Amino acid sequence: MSTAPIFADEEWRLPSRGKVAMLSLITGECGIFSIFVAAYLYYIGRSISGPTPRILEAPIFNTVCLLSSSLTIWLAEREIERGRMRAFGAWWGITILLGLIFIAGTALEWHTLIFHDGLTIHTNLFGTTFYSLVGLHATHVIVGLIGLSIIMIFTLLGRVNRSHAERIQVFSLYWHFVDAVWVVVFTVVYVVGR
Amino acid sequence: MADQTVPLGNSLGAAYPSSGTFLEWLHSWVVTVDHKKLGILYIAYGLFFLLVAGAEAMVIRYQLAFPNNHFVSPEAYNQIFTMHGTTMVFLAGMPIIFGLANYMVPLMIGARDMAFPRLNAFSFWLTAFGGLLLYFSFIGGFGLYGMGNAPDAGWFAYAPLTGSAFSPGHSMDYWALALIVAGFGTLGTAINIVATTLSMRCRGMTLTRMPLFVWLMLIVSAMTLLTITPLTAAQVMLLLDRYLGAHFFDAQAGGAPMLWIHFFWIFGHPEVYVLVLPAFAIANEVIPVFSRKAIFGYPAMVAASAGIGFVSFTVWAHHMFTVGMSWVGNTFFVLSTMVVGIFTGIKIFNWIATMWGGSIVFATPMLFCIAFVFQMLLAGLTGIMLSVAPWDWQLHNSYFLIAHFHYVLVGVIVIAIFAAFYYWYPKATGRMLSERLGKWHFWLFVIGFHVTFDTMHFVGILGMPRSIYTYQADRGWNTLNLVISLGAFLQGIAVAIFVWNLIYSYFRGQEAGSDPWDAWTLEWATPSPPPAYNFATEPEVRSRRPLWDLKHPSDPDWKYEA
Repeated sequence: MSTAPIFADEEWRLPSRGKVAMLSLITGECGIFSIFVAAYLYYIGRSISGPTPRILEAPIFNTVCLLSSSLTIWLAEREIERGRMRAFGAWWGITILLGLIFIAGTALEWHTLIFHDGLTIHTNLFGTTFYSLVGLHATHVIVGLIGLSIIMIFTLLGRVNRSHAERIQVFSLYWHFVDAVWVVVFTVVYVVGR
Repeated sequence: MADQTVPLGNSLGAAYPSSGTFLEWLHSWVVTVDHKKLGILYIAYGLFFLLVAGAEAMVIRYQLAFPNNHFVSPEAYNQIFTMHGTTMVFLAGMPIIFGLANYMVPLMIGARDMAFPRLNAFSFWLTAFGGLLLYFSFIGGFGLYGMGNAPDAGWFAYAPLTGSAFSPGHSMDYWALALIVAGFGTLGTAINIVATTLSMRCRGMTLTRMPLFVWLMLIVSAMTLLTITPLTAAQVMLLLDRYLGAHFFDAQAGGAPMLWIHFFWIFGHPEVYVLVLPAFAIANEVIPVFSRKAIFGYPAMVAASAGIGFVSFTVWAHHMFTVGMSWVGNTFFVLSTMVVGIFTGIKIFNWIATMWGGSIVFATPMLFCIAFVFQMLLAGLTGIMLSVAPWDWQLHNSYFLIAHFHYVLVGVIVIAIFAAFYYWYPKATGRMLSERLGKWHFWLFVIGFHVTFDTMHFVGILGMPRSIYTYQADRGWNTLNLVISLGAFLQGIAVAIFVWNLIYSYFRGQEAGSDPWDAWTLEWATPSPPPAYNFATEPEVRSRRPLWDLKHPSDPDWKYEA
């Protein structure tokens, strides 16, 4: 036990603070989502009037778009690490596009539900839990889209370069989380709850 | 003790050059991103609200000192006990604890600041404005119907009392919004502390060499991530109910008020450990230094703390035995609650083993820590009693319960925070707190504490329920309540002495020097108060007691640590 544990030339490595912080934030977000998911599950079939989850149609195309955006943002991460900024910008733009398609799909779905089926957050427990859970996720998508767009603007202005690769990865973690949590929301709302 | 000089490069001049006008001084505090200044802001803010909520407690105790008392109206009484609880937990306890972590964690791990200094400032100001918003309800909460005022539904704000039908006006809106804002601040700080401890450690500060204070703050911050967020989510639901006509907690539309109780305690119970683990963290630093021995059972302490962290998320429904659960639910939550006793037991044995055979120095910080260990044991024992469901059916929401959790919150947490003040005040200000005033503070507070809260157990067993604004003279509670109130006023006097000590010693206290307690962790290797950059050269650490190694080069710790 008498060896001095640290030598001057020994490498001292610590995890990236950005990644640790983003993972912590995601942990916190999991807390928020799990409460809304728990409320949704608890109130399935407990509405005493109004429309039931049978009126829902599974948004397969939207889901494919959102999950694909995880792949495109990962390709963008890879390109910026190699310093290929044009390819990075292209994949980043496609990610934004896929996110926009998803949020537009949600908007159309809600429009139909409100004006065709007469379901609002006030109608019954299904409306309350559906709009709050899907809306919570949609809010996260919108926040993500704002972040993606800001980075896109800086990319188009030529301000983003290879040295920002780690920050891009940190932000991408958030987007991956938004995609992953959609799998949970989709399963709960459109598979289990229907 | 203070004659040791520590050969660590740090003499680059005075800490805070005291020049400039008052406005410049104020400006430097408002725009600061320095973890030490933010730590002091947090603590000053928390201390202010500790006094406010303490004053509210005094009003409560004066109202209850005599039967049929009319010192305050029933409406005002409801507001005052609600604000007392909410303030103590969110505006006094959390800020003081995170303030301490803010100040100490970077110093203890040899870093120059937190991982995200600007996020740190942002978090503090969110918390600060959350508190202001909550207290603005006293004057601004009249709302649409002229009926609202300060929140008055208890700090747990059970549904359906919080629905717009039963709480018109804006009292519950102030409660929910203020705590959501403060909650985001807390979340930001928790993220910051996790990132700092994992990513900012100086060379050689491996996880197994981190001071236990840092370890426990890491666990607390990680817990906070999953503790505050359920409350935020539930409060968002409450606001959706109140503003958009949603039905989460609306029984008439099939909603379940019971769901709120679950959500609240999913937050509320881990929150208790978020508050109490920092108290353990303080004791882990103070007890070894004043016992002149290294902490006993370092790995067991870390493991027990992490164990408490995990188990605390599985015990929430022990607040709900009287709600009526299945026997499976009751049994599970009885047993999981008792498991907590094993971990705290490990800790109590370790603290005693640390003191055992040490040459104990009975300075004020150590006195508070000895009281802390003793009261932690008693608080834990009444906790085991209440964890037994049939016992809880009998005594739930009686003053026995109030006495139990005040034993934890005051007898353990506040006492440990006092220890922290006496221990680290010299580091933050460069001056010692007066030992003479400190001893007065200690003895008056401990005696007052026991007079109040020991007696409160008995009045609870005699059947006095919580949250009642008065009681009739023939219940047999009169003398006991008067004794409780007298003890509370004694504590009030002790806190006044403490505040006077803080002010007096800032100007007249004895010069502290960099290391007045002959301690072993890195914060004592910098001048008092530390310069903005903390360490002129980055320290290198080879053991759990880096300053011991520097002071005793012939007999360093790293020769013996595995």
